[in-house]
Amino acid sequence: MAEVKVRIPTPLRKITNDQEEVSATGVNIKEIIENLEANYTGLKERICEDDGSLRRFVNIYLNDEDIRFADNLESSLKDGDELSIIPAIAGGAR
Amino acid sequence: MDFTDEQIERYSRHIILPEVGGKGQAKLLNSKVFVLGAGGLGSPSLFYLAAAGVGTIGIADDDAVDLSNLQRQIIHDTNDIGTHKVLSAKATIEALNPDVQVNAHQGRLTEDNIREIIRDYDILLDGSDNFPTRFLMNDAAFFEKKTLVSGSMFRFDGQVSIFKPHEGKPCYRCLYPEPPPKGMVPSCGEAGVLGALAGVIGVLQAVETVKEILGIGESLAGKLLIYDALGSGFRKVRVMKDPECALCSDQATIKELSTYEQAACDFNGPTVG
Repeated sequence: MAEVKVRIPTPLRKITNDQEEVSATGVNIKEIIENLEANYTGLKERICEDDGSLRRFVNIYLNDEDIRFADNLESSLKDGDELSIIPAIAGGAR
Repeated sequence: MDFTDEQIERYSRHIILPEVGGKGQAKLLNSKVFVLGAGGLGSPSLFYLAAAGVGTIGIADDDAVDLSNLQRQIIHDTNDIGTHKVLSAKATIEALNPDVQVNAHQGRLTEDNIREIIRDYDILLDGSDNFPTRFLMNDAAFFEKKTLVSGSMFRFDGQVSIFKPHEGKPCYRCLYPEPPPKGMVPSCGEAGVLGALAGVIGVLQAVETVKEILGIGESLAGKLLIYDALGSGFRKVRVMKDPECALCSDQATIKELSTYEQAACDFNGPTVG
């Protein structure tokens, strides 16, 4: 079981009581998401599809690497790892 | 190229930089940059690209200046309210630097006109305000083999990257394969954005564009620069080329342009609020 830090993007901070970084535990990212959901209800449905896979416009970085190009939600974790949830954003002109 | 005395003086702070020099300044003056959106991101990037002496600047926008734009869209001013944004931006640029030829593309970019419009330019900047346009721009840039300098922002967060699939680097779809579905996003007006954040992100796009033109420094291609205004921090993460990308991989399924149907602008999860 690893304890990691998870960086929360602004659009999801309402769910984490305005915290930009939260701690979570789990052996892999799937478990981290379940652990986050237990503490911050509603987070999971924002980032995952109904089948549990990551939404196509949300990326999770393990340290500086996109988990889709590692073992995705099965990527294993060690203490002190940092996860970042990065959604696509589109604002610019209006 | 031969500079006039006025140009030597105007660009002197560039020319004395060994990384730029007269040669680099000539590259800037001969370069052609297309900016999509004369709004929050386009305003600061257009300002600095024009000041830098980018010789030809194309601007596309289909909107007119509104009072609520002026909190961040600094290329327009109070007297421009009601004027078409491309014309207002053109006037500001021409007053700043007569060396710049401005092409104003008034109207919406569509799958039918975008490739022809961007074809004449060397580098493209995306400062658009919605996902369908971002995906359209990315796909058009891929088919036309143009470098795309992408910037986006939301509330207090910004992202900047460069997409160069024609040089073996990732495209926007490698980073985000699909836009959020309709109904999952609030309107930009509802979401809000910190005005000065547009300056940070738009100017970063201008810096990266100038670097690409000059061929100096480390390119942002294959990287995503993330700015968190509330946390006062920048982070850079790796963007991989997706071997299953629907657009730029060997397994591509997208063979021509199409447009996503979506009016809104940003990710906020299924329950908007």
